[in-house]
Order: sequence, then structure tokens, then C-alpha cells
Amino acid sequence: MDQFVLNWIFIGASFALYIGIAIWARAGSTSEFYAAGQGVHPVVNGMATGADWMSAASFISMAGLIAFTGYDNSTFLMGWTGGYVLLALMLAPYLRKFGKFTVSEFIGDRFYSPTARLVAVICLIVASTTYVIGQMTGVGVAFGRFLEVDNTTGLLIGACVVFAYAVFGGMKGVTYTQVAQYCVLIIAYTIPAIFISLQLTGNPIPALGLFGEHAASGEALLSKLDMIVTELGFKEYTAHHSDTLNMVLFTLSLMIGTAGLPHVIMRFFTVPTVADARWSAGWTLVFIALLYLTAPAVGAMARLNISELMWPNGTSGDPVSVQMMEAEDKYDWMATWQKTGLLNWEDKNGDGKIAYFNDKNADKVAEMEAAGWGSENELTKFNRDILVLANPEIANLPSWVIALVAAGGLAAALSTAAGLLLAISSAVSHDLIKGALVPTISEKGELMSARVSMAVAIAVATYLGLNPPGFAAQTVALAFGLAAASIFPALMMGIFTKVNNKGAVAGMLAGLIVTLVYIFLHKGWLFIPGTNSFTDADPLLGTIKSTSFGAVGAMINFAVAFIVSKSTDPIPQEIDDLVENVRIPKGAGAAVEGH
Amino acid sequence: MADNSSNNAYWAANMRIIKISLVIWALVSFGFGILLRPMLSGIAVGGSDLGFWFAQQGSILVFLALIFFYAWRMNKLDAEHGVEE
Repeated sequence: MDQFVLNWIFIGASFALYIGIAIWARAGSTSEFYAAGQGVHPVVNGMATGADWMSAASFISMAGLIAFTGYDNSTFLMGWTGGYVLLALMLAPYLRKFGKFTVSEFIGDRFYSPTARLVAVICLIVASTTYVIGQMTGVGVAFGRFLEVDNTTGLLIGACVVFAYAVFGGMKGVTYTQVAQYCVLIIAYTIPAIFISLQLTGNPIPALGLFGEHAASGEALLSKLDMIVTELGFKEYTAHHSDTLNMVLFTLSLMIGTAGLPHVIMRFFTVPTVADARWSAGWTLVFIALLYLTAPAVGAMARLNISELMWPNGTSGDPVSVQMMEAEDKYDWMATWQKTGLLNWEDKNGDGKIAYFNDKNADKVAEMEAAGWGSENELTKFNRDILVLANPEIANLPSWVIALVAAGGLAAALSTAAGLLLAISSAVSHDLIKGALVPTISEKGELMSARVSMAVAIAVATYLGLNPPGFAAQTVALAFGLAAASIFPALMMGIFTKVNNKGAVAGMLAGLIVTLVYIFLHKGWLFIPGTNSFTDADPLLGTIKSTSFGAVGAMINFAVAFIVSKSTDPIPQEIDDLVENVRIPKGAGAAVEGH
Repeated sequence: MADNSSNNAYWAANMRIIKISLVIWALVSFGFGILLRPMLSGIAVGGSDLGFWFAQQGSILVFLALIFFYAWRMNKLDAEHGVEE
């Protein structure tokens, strides 16, 4: 059967399933819309949170970033899982005990200040919107490929689908739909990885295959990979090349950002008890780890496969010929991806061969010129975000596996985009409009404003997604930096310290503004291309890239909050009691609607 | 109030468990995975070294163990101090 048709059968069937579940569990009241009546088992909640969490960044983008950089991008793996430790130990149980629906309600009540709540809402909206931009980048790649249209058209179609999908239901519809999405995406991610691991190493578990033996050469897979990439003039895959300070700060930003993102934290309001909140965080990480332990294997193996495809006679033989690329089935994927504009090659010196190597490495360029393959890399474009989706085709796997990955990639992007839109819409309608601007709004009016804010958020994200500030995972990393600098410190200080209202507001504002300005200085104001004064290759402060600045922003937040708090009035007695109460599990009732 | 001193003991015990867990958390990721990797480079793991393994696999497995340990330990602590739900 034609691959195009097969892709659409898999995508269609998975969508029918999600929409079916969404209709079956459609939200009726506002409380169901936000938090699903809190009747969700920790394992189910963990699975749904896993789907919500693992977005286009994890599924589509991350392995590609690892594949082309190697060890230095292990930061994504450690950062996006390590945050769950902070969440489980420092936030989830206490926020569940507090028993409200949204993060900003906690901040507003704990810091006894509508201003604090308003600032928190603004922080959430900024971080979540940046996050959705990253998702839209991934959605554009996926729809572009599977509709076989260019990236921009794919993005616009994708945006309409995401919107239609998110408007269907609130958290309740989303929870059960996301369980289905988790199943689709994890199967779609691991099956091709298992096939490829078997092909290359004979080991069915990709995480073990990564450290196993390359069957064709008898060498360790990673040694073989290191050898091939260095022969092509690239940096050694397993070695540490990047700046250590930046690597540590980036990992830390991703970790504390994870524990500060509203759509993830909101999940822990939906479990029945404080003990369940603790278990839920563990189960969530189990389901996430299944993908994250596989991702580095996917990256390394894909890099090896691509290198071998471009150099079918070994790196000392001839590069692949244009004729061979046109004639042989195993190169078909390149022609399909060329249509999206995200992959390209060009026989620049007209020798009928496509030479893939690092043309920024002078030694390698001299060597290639001497061999007669020209001085320029002829695989001119390889967008990192296509790697996972193209991976089964690169490894020449059966067409049903390719179709499965298509469905999985869309599930990942859609589930997170929907979860984020929900977080944005609840921040606007529940916290901003009902909580601050129009407290008398009817339940119906609140639901309507939730949907309008979803539409606005997706329009903004789509517009900015047309010229994204980076690959999907990099844009998402910026969102984490913003959450890390603003929300996480406020939540943590709210539980573990007795910082007062003025301290919290000053801290959040300082963290958010400094981080946002630092990001805009490097990525352009409001992410508009060309308006940046610095680049991440040569950042403003030492070696600290804009993606890593969130950790610095968080430190500024803590420092400002403590200084301001010390020099102003201590917290009132009832807030002191509230903090003491939040710390003890006893007496947690169901969450109640605030205001 | 007697209730308060018991609560304070509970919170102190909780803080101790959190601190120990976070030291391990930082050690396996920032430590073994990044800063201490050169010291572990002598220990070969399938074509690379132990630091690389911690950065791409080991830290995630330790994070999992930490969260489940904490959930189990805290549920026990809740019962010991009579503060469970």
C-alpha cells in the first residue's frame, strides 16, 4: 500500500480514538473543566501527565539534537527528568494539600496578595505561550511531512487541528484522551528503536544496544560512531566539547523549569490524596523514562545510519552518487523530506556525488579537496527536528512502522499543545478575569472566555512559530527558563520559607523580567528575527546562553525575595498557620474552587 | 501545643530526607554526569565511560529510585507521626 495512504490510515484511526474519548468524557462544569473532579488514580494520572509532558520537544526534536551533538546534549535528558525529583519532593504533595485548582491561586493565597496572583498569572502566560511556540514548530514539521506540503502550510493546518482539538473538552476529556495518546506515542517511539537496535547491535532493548556491540564491525557501537564522525571531520560523539558552566546551568534551568510549569503542576491537583501526589510523580517519571532512556539510543543509531547512507562504501570510499540516490529505495525518504524544505542536498561541484562532511573543519576540507569531492558539504540542510520522524525510513523499516511514528509524533505535539492551551485559558479566564478583573462573571461567561483565550494563544503561537527562535526543543527550553526564573522559586518559598507578599512579588518580577530581557536580547524582542543584539554563539554574559539563563534568573528571584522580605513586615499569623497546615498531609479535602 | 512539637519533628524529619535525596540527585546528574566525568573516565562502559552512561541513562534511573523511595519513606513517616490522611 502507498505510504501516504497508510500514514493517513494510522493518523486517522488514532485521531478518531482521541476525539471519541473526548466526546465521551466531555467537561460539564467549570470544576470538571479544570481538574477532572480529582478522581484519577496515580498510575492513570502518571500516564496522562507523561503524554502531557512529552511534547513535540521530547518526541520529535530531542533525539535529533542529541544525534548531531552527542554527549553535550545529554543536558536535555538529565534536565527534563531531574525536574520530577524536585516536583515530587518539594511541590506536588504540598500543593495537593493546599487544595485549589491553579498554581496562581496558591501564590495569591499564600502571599495574601491579589498582586502576587496577577504576577503569577502573567509569568504562567509568558512561559506557556513560549512553550506553545515550540510545539507549533513540531506540529509544522509533522503536518508538513505527512501532508507532503511545505513547512508553513503544514503549520497552519496543524494550528487549526490543535485548536479544534483543545476546544473539545477540559481536563477530564484531556486526561483520558492523554492516556490513549501516551500509549500511541510510546509504542510509536519504541518500536522503530527496537527494530533499529536489533539491526545494528542484535539487542532488542535500545538503551542496552547503545552500550552494546555494533554487529557489522564487532566494535562497541559508541566507539564505531566516534570513529565515523571524526573521520567525517565532526567532533567526537561521546566527548565533552561544550562549556561546562553553561552545561550545568542549562541542565539546572530545565530541571527547575519542569517543576515550575503550570500544566504539569496542575496534574497533581487531580489526584485524591497527598500520598497519591507523591506516587503520581513517580509513575509519571516511569512513563517518561521509557522514552528518555530510549532517546539517546535513537539519536546515536540514527547518526550512524545517516553517515553510512551518505558513505555507502565507508568513509574512505566514494560518497553516495546522485544516481544511486535516485535509483535505490532506501534513499526515497530524502526526496519526500525535501518537499518540506527541511532537508536538502546539492551537487555543488558537479561530480555526480553528494559528499557529506564537516566543511568548517579545515583539515577535512583539504582532505576532501585532495580526494576530488569538493570543498563544500553537499548535504546542505538537515533540520534536527526531522530526525525522529524520518528515522524509520532512514533505517528502511516496514511502512506500517513509518505510519505509526507519524501518528505518535502528532499525538505528542497535540497532547501537549492541548494541555498548555488549557493552562493558558484557565490562567486567563479563572485567574485573570474571574480572579481579578470581573469577579462576578457567570460560569458560562468564564467558559467562553477560556475558549477565546485559547484561540488568541494559538494564533500568537502560530504566527511566531512561522519564524521560531530555534528548533522545537530549543524554543521549549526557553519556556522552561522562564518558568524556572519566575514560578518555581515563588512556589518553593511559599512552602519552605516564610517569605512575605512583597518579597514574593518583587522576586517573581525580577526573575521574569531579567530572564525575559536576556532571552529577547539573544533571540530578538518578542522573538521577532533580526531584533537581537547578541547571539548564543557569543552571549552577553561569559558563556551563559539564553537557554541556560533561567537558572540565573531563579537565583535572582530567590535573592530579591529574601532581601525584600527581610526588610518588610513579617507574614500575618493566619498565613503562618496556612504554611504550617500545607506542610502536614492530615486533613486534605477535595480541592475547592477559589473566589 | 503538643500537636505543634510533633508537627515540628515531622517537618524536621521530612527536611532531612529531602536534603539527603537532593544531594544524591545532584551527585548523579551534575556530579557523575558532568563535573566529575573526567574522574570516572577510567571506568569503561560499552564504548564510552561511566560519566557518559550516567549522563544518558544512569541519572534517570537514580531519579526514579529517589522519587519512589521518597514516596514510600514519607508515607511511613506520615503514619509514625499520625499526620496521614
